[in-house]
Amino acid sequence: MSDTAVHSQEPQLLEVSIGPQHPSTHGVFRMNVVLDGETIVKLKPVMGYLHRNHEQLAENMSYLASMPYTDRLDYICSMTNNFAYAMAVEKLAGIDVPERAQYIRVLMAELTRLINHTLLVGFLLNDLGAFFTPTLYAFREREKILDFFEATAGSRMMCNYFRFGGVKADLPAGGMEQVKEIVKNYSRFLDEFERLLTSNEILRSRCQNVGILSKELAVNASITGPILRASGVNYDIRKVDKYSIYDRFEFKVPLGKVGDVYDRYYVRILEMRESIKILQQLLKQMPEKGEILSAKGAAAAKSPRMWKPPAGDAYGRIESPKGELGFYLVSDGSPKPYRYHVRPPSFINITILEDMCLGQKVADAIVILGSVDIVLGEVDR
Amino acid sequence: MAIDEGLNNELQKRGIFVTTLNDLYNWGRRSSIWPLQFGLACCAIEMIATACAKYDIARFGAELFRPSPRQADLMIVAGTVTKKMAPMVVRLYNQMPEPKYVISMGACAISGGPFRDGYNVLKGIDRYIPVDVHIPGCPPRPEALLDGLIKLQKKIDSQKIDQMDGYREEKSCEYPVPQYGKKGLEPRHNPDFFTPRLDWPEKNTKDNLRMPNYKPAPAPARAAGSPLPGQAATGGPSEQGVAPAQLAAQPPASEQGQ
Repeated sequence: MSDTAVHSQEPQLLEVSIGPQHPSTHGVFRMNVVLDGETIVKLKPVMGYLHRNHEQLAENMSYLASMPYTDRLDYICSMTNNFAYAMAVEKLAGIDVPERAQYIRVLMAELTRLINHTLLVGFLLNDLGAFFTPTLYAFREREKILDFFEATAGSRMMCNYFRFGGVKADLPAGGMEQVKEIVKNYSRFLDEFERLLTSNEILRSRCQNVGILSKELAVNASITGPILRASGVNYDIRKVDKYSIYDRFEFKVPLGKVGDVYDRYYVRILEMRESIKILQQLLKQMPEKGEILSAKGAAAAKSPRMWKPPAGDAYGRIESPKGELGFYLVSDGSPKPYRYHVRPPSFINITILEDMCLGQKVADAIVILGSVDIVLGEVDR
Repeated sequence: MAIDEGLNNELQKRGIFVTTLNDLYNWGRRSSIWPLQFGLACCAIEMIATACAKYDIARFGAELFRPSPRQADLMIVAGTVTKKMAPMVVRLYNQMPEPKYVISMGACAISGGPFRDGYNVLKGIDRYIPVDVHIPGCPPRPEALLDGLIKLQKKIDSQKIDQMDGYREEKSCEYPVPQYGKKGLEPRHNPDFFTPRLDWPEKNTKDNLRMPNYKPAPAPARAAGSPLPGQAATGGPSEQGVAPAQLAAQPPASEQGQ
């Protein structure tokens, strides 16, 4: 602020830089906030602290070699990142996916959604001041799912499990029982979680009518995912696009009414319950045996450095836990993609942060940021 | 300094405990390491998982993650350090009080990991701050982080109070913060404890891109066209190739010296 501000009648503004090291920023994210007293008058997000040249690296390697890098985009849900990338390449090269592989893919995607939403609720409560207690519960449940991921894919977090035209390996012996156990117990855990949180007075007073995002603004800013649905817009790519085998399951799309932080929290809880419904139907419908990699996909996996898709472009998108995750690929017929673009949901959702924070208190900005659910690996790439 | 074990046992039976000040002090320090609550990327999630119920870093006394560097003893560099982030990491390290330790967790913090070829990724945080324990993995499992912590505790146990860097006045433990200049970060590394490989070329040209300055292999002494033993007749030795015997004769210089 200028020196004359002290002598003038204008309100004195204070500029605060929050981050990149801060207990409540989800990763290395920085906000430059201008405050009038405690009220936010201006907010400028500063990004790029985790820019890891994902797209540039991917344009210099074969198609399959980018698969492990997509794990590290949104590092909480690596399976859905694999899913979107595999779908984009399958669309580009016209690879079909066998029946059982489709079911395994949806199984992994929905389990990932459970992980992401559980962790998000834990971190959001962390930001609210319930330091680490909800996170402890969230991580306890996450470990159970990660055990299954590890048994299947060989890695806890960075699964690298999907292949073009299927998946890398079949489920391990006893894998189905493990999933059934998780699905059986998860709604009980959610009940416990909700008993602690949903009607909690502190949570309500801190979250209700905070950071309201209107329907029109959300649509105009191309927000996707649970934030958009919390504002009351019925848009879920699983319903709209019906990719993979999502047309075979019955599930609802939970919608919010106000579009505040509380709605965003509650929409995610409801989405987890819908995911459990999908998983229950999936476990009944899933074929016992079958191929997990189609013939065309096996050819692509056999010699990945020599494999060339036909020239053209393709956009593959899925409803990732954070919103619409899309990969846009342009091929010139060579073994490397000519252009590789990621449409990260976190990055586009964070653009609306200032509009949600204006007029709120500075402590609420942290909560609003937590409710947007960003992962910096995806924002900065 | 060590006390005779038999005598010590005999004394303990009579209710007398004898130790050295050094041992007692180190016991206290290693049993309550307070890490800095500071995550950079993917590894931070595994770091949180280590702090949570299943792996429970509290069993080793390091559960108190402090958000402020002024209260922390240990910095766990968990994740990719980009060129934009590196000055902040060094500044945070400088703000920590002595004695302070650094664990570099994951392939990215050690060397740049899978993103090493990128233009914006620092090739290892040990270029700017001294690292005590390196934990490989992408990301390392929580058990690996616990193992690294135990390794650090052993290191603390072996230190002597009167000889430690942090307690000597003449030894400054603040390191210069790199600045982002025209050609990336300047300085490119801290010469106090990081020596780049001498056999690596200063400038990457088209011919020696990321290749050490090995001398070209001597021409094979056999007639051209005749196949080498164990080699297909079509594929001769490449011109750029290096004879395996020569590779073994040249021990690679260590990349990091502390």
